[in-house]
Amino acid sequence: MFNKKKCAVFLAVLLTAVFAVMPVSYAMHIMEGYLSAKYCVAWGVIALPFIIWGMFSIKKILETNHKNITLLAMSGAFIFVISSLKIPSVTGSCSHMTGTGLGAVLFGAAPMAVLGLIVLLFQAILLAHGGITTLGANTFSMAVAGPFLSFAVYNICKKCHFNKKVSVFLAAFLGDIFTYCITSIQLAIAYPSQNGGIMASAVKFLGVFAPTQFPLAVIEGILTVIIIIALQTYAMPEMKLINFIKEEV
Amino acid sequence: MSKKNKITIVILLLIVALLIFVPLFALKEAEFGGSDDAGSVMIEQINGTYEPWFTPVLENWLGRELPGEIESLLFCVQTGIGVGILAFCMGRFVERKKWENK
Repeated sequence: MFNKKKCAVFLAVLLTAVFAVMPVSYAMHIMEGYLSAKYCVAWGVIALPFIIWGMFSIKKILETNHKNITLLAMSGAFIFVISSLKIPSVTGSCSHMTGTGLGAVLFGAAPMAVLGLIVLLFQAILLAHGGITTLGANTFSMAVAGPFLSFAVYNICKKCHFNKKVSVFLAAFLGDIFTYCITSIQLAIAYPSQNGGIMASAVKFLGVFAPTQFPLAVIEGILTVIIIIALQTYAMPEMKLINFIKEEV
Repeated sequence: MSKKNKITIVILLLIVALLIFVPLFALKEAEFGGSDDAGSVMIEQINGTYEPWFTPVLENWLGRELPGEIESLLFCVQTGIGVGILAFCMGRFVERKKWENK
């Protein structure tokens, strides 16, 4: 049950999870029913290619070396933990982090679309947090936009020969912030302000999310760095497999 | 794990704890509701009253809102799944490293 079988089961579960909701798939931080149907469908259509890309890239990661499944599972588990913790913030309201930075730094952004989607589904169906109708929009902000920015930031930092811990921190931190920027913009497109239109509305939504999210993004960055330190200490062989640690080989 | 890394981790964890608990103690009046809810308040400000056109599926099945305690149970299940996998894998790595060194 360790090699191909496990891999097949894993992918089958992913596939069914994705296709089971396809017909009704119209996300997470945007509340259920708060996006009109056309936006639900539109964001779903935008997010879908990324999910398919993500599934192929997960398949490729596992084909390259089956041992990669441990780190992949850990990245997924990290999203589960991080996004379930509601944390009090300076503004007096609570929010939670995304946790997609770790996986994006380790594996690239594409697989995160799938892992993020699993978490979003869990929360939408069981927790009434986010929603089935807003799944597309929330997948795009949390599981696509955030990780892609994290990945880009990490690689830019790497090119500039930043300290690895600093790069990881920045990647996770900015990815988290960016997720909420996208959410604000999504809400703004759906609810343009009567005077000032989409931009004025986006600024308003950012005004709600940004101050709350800022300290949380710092926490997410720090936690991601801690996990990376631990992995670098104990999981050297796996980290070399995914080329995360190259220079020291 | 090198001593330097250990110290870094302890310091980082302290910062995290401070970031979480300082607002809790500093803002005695705050309710600490969800910022997602703050989002829906904002929508009402911009758009007038808004009636969500779709209620969460679980609430549909239940026919009522998810009780608060059950919601925190499910959130804990989510955390538990995550921590379980992380701890299991990390534990294996740590033990393996111990044996490699022997």
